[in-house]
Amino acid sequence: MDVNNSVLKNEEKAVFKLRSLYGKYGYSQFKMSKFEEYDLYVRNKDFLVSDSIITFTDTNGKLLALKPDVTLSIIKNTKDEPNTVNKVYYNENVYRITKGSFSYKEIMQSGLECIGDIDNYNIYEVLMLACESLKSISEECVLDISNLSILSDVINNIKISPKNRKRVLKCASEKNVHEISNICIEEDIPKEKCEVLKKLISVYGNPRDTIAFLEKEISDYTDKKKIEDLKIITDTLTENGYGDMIRIDFSVINDMNYYNGIVFKGFINSIPTGVLSGGQYDNLMNKMGRKAGAIGFAVYLDMIERLNECEHTYDVDTVILYNADDDISALNGAIKMLADNGKSVMAQKTVPNDLKYKQLLRLKDKGVVIVETNA
Amino acid sequence: MKPMLNIALPKGRLGEKVYAMFESAGFECPSIKENNRKLIFENEEVGVRYFWVKPSDSAIYVERGAADIGVAGKDILLEYDPDVYELLDLDIGKCRMAVAAKKEFRDNPQRTLKVATKFTNIAQNFYSSKGREIDMIHLNGSIEIAPILGLSDVIVDIVETGTTLKENNLEVKETIFPISARLIANKSSFKFKNTQIEKIVRELSAQIEAKND
Repeated sequence: MDVNNSVLKNEEKAVFKLRSLYGKYGYSQFKMSKFEEYDLYVRNKDFLVSDSIITFTDTNGKLLALKPDVTLSIIKNTKDEPNTVNKVYYNENVYRITKGSFSYKEIMQSGLECIGDIDNYNIYEVLMLACESLKSISEECVLDISNLSILSDVINNIKISPKNRKRVLKCASEKNVHEISNICIEEDIPKEKCEVLKKLISVYGNPRDTIAFLEKEISDYTDKKKIEDLKIITDTLTENGYGDMIRIDFSVINDMNYYNGIVFKGFINSIPTGVLSGGQYDNLMNKMGRKAGAIGFAVYLDMIERLNECEHTYDVDTVILYNADDDISALNGAIKMLADNGKSVMAQKTVPNDLKYKQLLRLKDKGVVIVETNA
Repeated sequence: MKPMLNIALPKGRLGEKVYAMFESAGFECPSIKENNRKLIFENEEVGVRYFWVKPSDSAIYVERGAADIGVAGKDILLEYDPDVYELLDLDIGKCRMAVAAKKEFRDNPQRTLKVATKFTNIAQNFYSSKGREIDMIHLNGSIEIAPILGLSDVIVDIVETGTTLKENNLEVKETIFPISARLIANKSSFKFKNTQIEKIVRELSAQIEAKND
């Protein structure tokens, strides 16, 4: 059966597009149960976006949870094999408390994970697929890319004390340079070093200009190889036509206990928060006793529900009125003819209260007559 | 046509001062000065739309993207912790968040401290960092009378000049942090209206520097 594109919701369209996109690059679908042992989440609580989890006791007494996250289950179910990578994608519902609300929500999430022997190509491929995922939702999109390891090197090199590290990271995520100045004064950090950190968190722009800045101003504070790798990856993205939508931005901060290296966040014009989030999470792998590296991202499909929203003016195109003793075959014929022409049709004996329709028809002598037209 | 930049200003004296800064930065909107009860004002030529909101709400307007940028006190940012960029300290609307109590109050660490405040998150974080157990009493206004009536031992509140405290026989016992107005931006708007927002940041920051020189 053909599916009329106009009846699909934004998030449903996105699921189809993303599934075929990830499949094209050799990612296979990961299906999982709605439940997972609670223990898995407790051990990695900080990795989760919200730490409230719906739990229940299974018939055998085991404490289970409705999954708040997909990545942890995927890691648990993959095995390390030298010189190879596991590539999987998923489209699952997760259960979380969203910020500002105090109740659980079911959130549809798509994403992919690349686990194993991660190299620059894998990082490029995941970033490219992140760009393509955003573009499949809207052409007006931006992918902000950061490297946590460069930021961390700068913080260490200018000798921010461990007690203020968290504060500095919060400032970086807010692009809050005035607070960085205050912290540097408190810590007696020389002005020129403070300026380096301030410039780093203010950086925002296309990879060409920003990497030139990093090479000039930051290379004394970090391993030059990290800047080179970032350049190789972003150059390849630019050569392949993604240059206009990627930005280097060190305000993309994920928890450093889990993430390291490249992290990124995707935005779509007119959606107020990021719709895609991801990065390298070797530290999480490590915590779970794994040697392999990993990179992946999630697309928050609930965020795109309201994109390009048109006003819901009519509930149905056509209402056909009939009487209980009318010929049902004639009624069915009329409905089928309209439906085959792409119209939504509702058969009713009287018009329901508050129903908005474009056209009102009445079944008469095995045909229909127009009673009212609104559009 | 230029895309309109939506700016949330806090209603009241602070908002008027902030608007004056935007005006001298070249983002004027003369209709805002008309004496009427309208809440939204726009100047299509310059590409700005201002609206007056309750000061404690401006961060929500920005976080949710109804405003691209806005101005909020640091107290509000610390209390609600919105996911926004904090681009500038505007160096106006200065005051402080403080613990105040009756002049004769002496803290007894062996007892749970009764704290009355509008800012429950700030108070909670402050006392948690000290490992102090407290009994939180959330009030919406006239916080100063809580210690006088014995409802609480101390209050956590904004102190500007200290006159209200003094008149009620209270005094500041400890400053928690200084407060001033901050320019905040929605994270998504920052990407898609970057030229306009960066221009405002540059112009306002030049004004602040000139004032401090």
